[in-house]
Amino acid sequence: MKGDPLVSIVSAGLSKFGKLEGLYAREIFAEAAKEAFDRCPKLDPKEDVRALFVGHMGESYEHQGHTGATMADWAGLLHIPATRTEAACASSGVALRAGIYAVLSGLCDVVMVGGVEKMTHRTTPEVTEYLAMASDYPFEQWHGITFPGLFALMATAHMHEYGTTERQLAMVAVKNHHHGSLNPKAHMQKEIALENALSSRAIAWPLKLFDCSLITDGASCLILTKPELAKKFTDTPVHIVGSGQASDTIGLYEREVFTSLAAAKLAAKKAYEMADAKPEDIDLAEVHDCFTIAEIIAYEDLGFCNPGEGGKLVESGETKLEGRLPVNTSGGLKAKGHPVGATGTAQAYEMYLQLTGQADRRQVENAETGLTHNVGGSGATATVHIYRRG
Amino acid sequence: MSEQPPLTVEQFYKYILQGKLMGGKCKKCGKVHLPPRPLCDNCFSKELEWTEIPQKGKLLTYTIIHVAPTQFQGMAPYAVGIVQLENWVQIPGMIRGVALEQIKIGMPLTIDFGECVSTQQWPQWPRYYFKPV
Ligand SMILES: CC(C)(COP(=O)(O)OP(=O)(O)OC[C@H]1O[C@@H](n2cnc3c(N)ncnc32)[C@H](O)[C@@H]1OP(=O)(O)O)[C@@H](O)C(=O)NCCC(=O)NCCS
Ligand SMILES: [Zn+2]
Repeated sequence: MKGDPLVSIVSAGLSKFGKLEGLYAREIFAEAAKEAFDRCPKLDPKEDVRALFVGHMGESYEHQGHTGATMADWAGLLHIPATRTEAACASSGVALRAGIYAVLSGLCDVVMVGGVEKMTHRTTPEVTEYLAMASDYPFEQWHGITFPGLFALMATAHMHEYGTTERQLAMVAVKNHHHGSLNPKAHMQKEIALENALSSRAIAWPLKLFDCSLITDGASCLILTKPELAKKFTDTPVHIVGSGQASDTIGLYEREVFTSLAAAKLAAKKAYEMADAKPEDIDLAEVHDCFTIAEIIAYEDLGFCNPGEGGKLVESGETKLEGRLPVNTSGGLKAKGHPVGATGTAQAYEMYLQLTGQADRRQVENAETGLTHNVGGSGATATVHIYRRG
Repeated sequence: MSEQPPLTVEQFYKYILQGKLMGGKCKKCGKVHLPPRPLCDNCFSKELEWTEIPQKGKLLTYTIIHVAPTQFQGMAPYAVGIVQLENWVQIPGMIRGVALEQIKIGMPLTIDFGECVSTQQWPQWPRYYFKPV
């Protein structure tokens, strides 16, 4: 039935996000897994968890591939089926989808889904090169287009078509940094001033330093089960009631428009349909603000406002913590940080905290229904999930 | 048919080296593919042929890259954009031969065939650029 839970989240874990010097990806993942196990004393990890799906983007960072088995081992889950999913920055949004497939198929009663990335030990040019691998090699990377560059191409188009301003972009950063200052696990827990954001140095014009997400180390995970088993593990589950995933051309240049992501719109449509929900029903959202323009486009693609009005929506203050529809209460990719493979399930972790009333200083009162939006690359993959308090 | 070079990226760049901008065309449904592809994504036909693509177009959007990947660091800041050619296909590339602050959406551009990068490593593709008409 539409609107019925697909699966339930019974626990969740998140490592500290930031520059985690001296730690290796598997050690960071173990930290997230430990929190998820500790939060759920009724779960026997070795007995109950039947599979792991883990998002991880790049083997270049640590010269380490084969991440599925590695993370299962370091989480103490040796011998269960362990699968790595890769869809650039949507790697763990896709891991979450895979976990839903596994539970709904009836093959697994309980699964762990998560993601991990260790990035900060590399130089910025190295990271820039590895991130660019999520774009088209022969026509984008080969011609010097970077990741910030792809979103800058969208920003220039959005500004030209709708009159979106650099000031509106900077407002996304100021808002998310404010939220991040309330999140003890965020990479950057400091407020920023609008003027400083506007005068920061260019990375890929019109995008400046403060328009970019951070290069971060971190890991995240969730424990999923069948809705009918949820109460066996916790009194306060969070149900996933809608799930959508879609794909698009790997090259941004092939698309009809650069001001909207077709995959995100399609994923959202599916998720809303499944959840029997409309954009007006959403109480809070975590959206993929890899660059400030991406949050503005997300508002439009998710139906929070009309096409072209995303800049005005951030200006209105409605997406602030105290607004009508708080967006990125965690600090988002901008301030909480963006360990790319970990981001999708880190967004779900925030939703889990919010919908179980555990978000502390950034708690949204009476939150019932939330949404997460995770984008891979320049939008060749997108996942959207809708959550309801159990 | 058998004489025809394969509809591949490798061959696309071989044509670039000869100063030609070539794409694929489906003989069945007429769709033009840039980059070329061996299977028509519209009608699934494998009957494709090479076709010349107009070298002029207009700039749809652009950015100025300041923080570049390792191999491009020496060139930064540089402009890249997406150009819509006169037959409506779209292609990205670096824009040169114009001051960065004079680049504007909608400006007419034409292809500028670069020099082959002399490296022994894969891929030994040349680079094409765009310049003002
Ligand atoms: C923007 C970017 C290039 C900056 O990297 P950098 O030039 O090497 O900057 P540094 O690491 O030298 O940092 C310089 C200062 O800016 C701060 N800083 C770095 N990145 C920042 C960001 N994105 N926002 C705000 N401040 C940032 C650092 O903390 C440091 O401050 P300090 O001097 O007070 O310690 C890098 O953060 C980046 O590439 N971000 C985008 C990542 C990305 O594309 N992710 C995938 C998206 S899908
Ligand atoms: Zn065809």
